[in-house]
Amino acid sequence: MYPRPFEYVLPSGLDDALDALDANPGAKVLAGGMSLLPMMKMRLLSPEMVVDIGRIAGLDQITDNGDSISIGALVTHSEVAASGLVGEHGAALATAASWTGDRQVRNRGTCCGSMVHADVAADQPAAALALGATMVAASSSGTREIAAADFFVDTLMSALEPNEILTEIRIPKVGAGTGSAYDKLGRRGGHTDYAVAGVAVSVTRSNGSVSAATVAVTGVGNRPVLVGEVADALVGSDGSDAAVEAAAAQATCGIEVLEDLYGSVDYKTHLAQVFAARAVKAALASAA
Amino acid sequence: MSSTSVLGGVVRRREDPALIQGRGRYTDDVKLARTAHVAFVRSPYAHATVGAIDTSAATAMEGVVAVYTAADTDHLGPLIAQVPVGALRPLLNNGTVKHVGEAVAMVVAEDPYVAKDAADSVEVDYEPMPAVVDLKQSLSDEVPVHEGASNTLISWVGPFGADEAALAELQAGIEAAKQRDDAVVVSQEMTNQRLIPVPIEPRSVLADYQAGYDRFDIYSSTQIPSALAGAIGKYFGMSMNQVTVKAMEVGGGFGCKLNVYNDEVLVAFASKQLDRPVKWTETRREAANSTIQGRGWVATATVTGTTSGEVLGFELEGIADMGAYSQNFTVAIPFLGLFVGSGQYGFPTYWKMDCVTTHTMTTDAYRGAGRPEAAYYLERIMDMYARRIGMDPAEVRRKNYISSSDFPGAVSPMGFPMDTGDYTTNLDAALEAAGWSDLLAERDAARAEGRHVGVGLATYVEVCGFGPSGLVDLGFSWAEYQMPSAFNGSSLVRVHPDGSATVSIGTGPSGQGHQTTWAQIVGDGLGLEVDRIRVIHGDTEEAPPSIGSFGSRSAAVDGAACYEATGKVRAKAARIAAHMLEASEADIEFADGGAHVAGAPDSSVSWGDIAACAYQPHRLPEGMEGGLEAHAIFSPGNATWPFGTHIAVVEVDPDTGDVDLLRYIGMDDCGNVISPMIVDGQVHGGIAQGIGQAMFEDAVYDADGNLLSGSLVDYILPTAADLPSFELDRTVTPTDVNPLGVKGIGEAGTIGSAQTVVNAVVDALEPLGVTHIDMPLRPRRVWQAIQDARA
Ligand SMILES: Cc1cc2nc3c(=O)[nH]c(=O)nc-3n(C[C@H](O)[C@H](O)[C@H](O)COP(=O)(O)OP(=O)(O)OC[C@H]3O[C@@H](n4cnc5c(N)ncnc54)[C@H](O)[C@@H]3O)c2cc1C
Repeated sequence: MYPRPFEYVLPSGLDDALDALDANPGAKVLAGGMSLLPMMKMRLLSPEMVVDIGRIAGLDQITDNGDSISIGALVTHSEVAASGLVGEHGAALATAASWTGDRQVRNRGTCCGSMVHADVAADQPAAALALGATMVAASSSGTREIAAADFFVDTLMSALEPNEILTEIRIPKVGAGTGSAYDKLGRRGGHTDYAVAGVAVSVTRSNGSVSAATVAVTGVGNRPVLVGEVADALVGSDGSDAAVEAAAAQATCGIEVLEDLYGSVDYKTHLAQVFAARAVKAALASAA
Repeated sequence: MSSTSVLGGVVRRREDPALIQGRGRYTDDVKLARTAHVAFVRSPYAHATVGAIDTSAATAMEGVVAVYTAADTDHLGPLIAQVPVGALRPLLNNGTVKHVGEAVAMVVAEDPYVAKDAADSVEVDYEPMPAVVDLKQSLSDEVPVHEGASNTLISWVGPFGADEAALAELQAGIEAAKQRDDAVVVSQEMTNQRLIPVPIEPRSVLADYQAGYDRFDIYSSTQIPSALAGAIGKYFGMSMNQVTVKAMEVGGGFGCKLNVYNDEVLVAFASKQLDRPVKWTETRREAANSTIQGRGWVATATVTGTTSGEVLGFELEGIADMGAYSQNFTVAIPFLGLFVGSGQYGFPTYWKMDCVTTHTMTTDAYRGAGRPEAAYYLERIMDMYARRIGMDPAEVRRKNYISSSDFPGAVSPMGFPMDTGDYTTNLDAALEAAGWSDLLAERDAARAEGRHVGVGLATYVEVCGFGPSGLVDLGFSWAEYQMPSAFNGSSLVRVHPDGSATVSIGTGPSGQGHQTTWAQIVGDGLGLEVDRIRVIHGDTEEAPPSIGSFGSRSAAVDGAACYEATGKVRAKAARIAAHMLEASEADIEFADGGAHVAGAPDSSVSWGDIAACAYQPHRLPEGMEGGLEAHAIFSPGNATWPFGTHIAVVEVDPDTGDVDLLRYIGMDDCGNVISPMIVDGQVHGGIAQGIGQAMFEDAVYDADGNLLSGSLVDYILPTAADLPSFELDRTVTPTDVNPLGVKGIGEAGTIGSAQTVVNAVVDALEPLGVTHIDMPLRPRRVWQAIQDARA
């Protein structure tokens, strides 16, 4: 496990970090290192430079913006899982963070890192999609906002440019009547390890029926995606078990389901449906 | 054992403070000046001819010291094996590579990073050829693994020692039983999948050839220091005493460090060539494809019995995967399964295992080594039989056990004399501990609610503690490694002039707590505080010749030698103390750090006093030699045969196939117990590895021989977080083959557990019509089995 030679920089400010990225097109950002370092040690990635953002002040906070909350680039999975703000406005993300990896990984790995890494079986990206999150990217020429729906491009590929840093994930606050949930089967069974299939859901109820829904699926295709068909089938329904199960049956609509060591196409398709139903029911229960 | 015995009491492991504070010293921690580092160039193909090897870029790289290929090392010959049946591994291969990960070239550089960069720059022309991975395909010899040789290396047929006529008669008897009116025949093909051992500490070796003295110091993470010393001596034309092997702390072995490896020989070669220390520590990827693997059987188990639970015959026929080359034990592993092929039962057993080669890494001893496989097939099919005839699975076992009244003198149907056994008492204790009838009632109540709860039981007998030195005559000789005396235990106990003591012993532990156990035995025998006793193991310079730690042998063999050497020292000390106290030798007792006259505690001398006298011969009794130390070699009359009963409770989510292991109960019997905490620790780890096989682990090769689960991302190991708290207890049936009455316990947990879990899961899914699922019981397989049963 010996990486190729690389240069290491530890900037103390965001601007220095962005300058370093601009000056070195072969550079990679290092946050918690839980994915970057193993890939370098296995020589699957050999960046010429590593820009460690760990000492940049101000990126380690979860902040209340009034109508939204922001999760900074250095906020760890554990902090997301334990946050009251995230629990209230994005329970799906808090749950996904609490089921990410093991305790050591959760204490080092970052929520933003998980987004940028864009693993096909990562948990939190599905929650970011379902919650309608916005990704805030900084580069030396300014900042831009990217909707979560446009962020996950392909296997291990996000919409971020090589010279950009994801400084925060912004999640809209929700009011009464809206709830979210995440459920999955992990690779080592239960909720442990990457998702064989995972589904994040946000729903709003009004006057006894479902007035809004977003549903995102991870683990089964080449990237975490929104599945509009499930959401469409839910909206306007009474949210009964029968309605939920009928909607959940469409969980892999539009997804090319891929076989891997953990599941056949049939199995993963089935699991996505099972967890779509479970997550929708849990979200509805919390929205009541 | 004395009445104030420290044996059997709960003692904390004295090695743990260093280990848990990160202060233990492992091979890779040893830093010698001028050390060069090795990286290997390994084949990416399972089967390919090797053409030109271009090392020029590597050689030109700054910091590269040397690059070696087979042309440089072939004169040393292939890797030696204890049971040399089948092709032996070339140290480096420039002919035809036979598995992914096979070493083709060795780069030596100033640091391990440069070594890896240089290894990556070596260009090898490979001409890939078709590979054979599937065992049935290998058996057909369609694709030979080694040109011109059959893929089948040997077939183990049991009972052991039965000639053709006896085997024919046995088979005819079982056939006749099948024709009975009340006969029930249950048969199932099952896979016992390949596993990767994965100790926490990867293998590591540092060779330091000292030209000025023409000798080697070899530091290696090995279970068999003496065999490595013998092998290195043999390769380089040196005598054993020119080679010192030191195994420092070894962070787990599980049998995968019970091999002398080509990398160990090659690193020594480079050190001698370059006249400087050379080190190599394997990466996890290398650990997956160039350290031995375990298991890998496909076999059909058949039970023929009556409707009332009497088994009339058991047959097992199958194929075992040897991988590409034979290493230390390779083909002998299924033979260890044959040893316990009939388990703790008395019924006629026919057993045949074909050992075949494939284009994969070599298999060899992995915790249990043949015995978990054998127990798995037997106890899975016994369970299916119990289910078929509608009988409590515990009752079916009980009906067919060898009776405790057959001991001593019991001979297993496989033809092996067994030491001691009381299987019914153990079974009853397990049922009681689990609350068996309540468990079944709770399961039934859960089923009535539509939940899929299952209860699984399996019992086992193991053979271990090898062993009698007569094993050499069965082909288990270590002569290839210049170690003909291998199977004896050996120990040297020395009391120093200040009254402290050192025990040197030939074991090579990898976490089993020998620092504690041997000190307990010596301390108990001498009445000396454990803190005053130093234990030296894993060091061929210090230890008397012995073979190391494997096959759950250390306590039963070397531990017994330690006990006997201690007894000799005590006998001499008693004479000295009697002389000093002017008392009769028969009245001398040892306790509290010295000796005293029975009934007169004030009339005493300390160990320091006794030792001071021992090292001043003029003060000794007339004619007594000076000094205070003794050596003992111990060869037991038989191996030991521990046994036990395990019970698991699971719940399955039928919508996802996810298995939740709710309870795990182990009732083991390893005879007398020296240290309960250490025995529990061994059982814990063993069960975790058995559950690992049952639920998680799988060395998956594709048809081209690529290892798809070669990293810890995809080779799923059980962690503490995945397991329930085990409920362990013991019955105690001492062995009569060693003076301590102890049997081995290192592998028992693994041997008893995989089938226990599978039996429980199949029980949970019985209402859905599932009768068998091959391991590992990952959710996808469990779900698929449910779909297949429904279809
Ligand atoms: C043992 C283990 C188990 C795991 N289990 C799970 C699991 O169950 N579920 C799951 O979803 N994940 C799992 N993971 C993955 C883990 O969650 C990710 O490694 C982690 O989220 C990535 O965050 P990081 O801070 O460690 O990123 P790093 O490893 O530092 O970086 C990952 C990638 O993102 C880039 N990057 C990181 N932060 C930024 C940023 N702010 N701006 C721009 N680029 C950035 C890096 O350049 C790199 O390409 C596991 C990992 C391990 C090691």
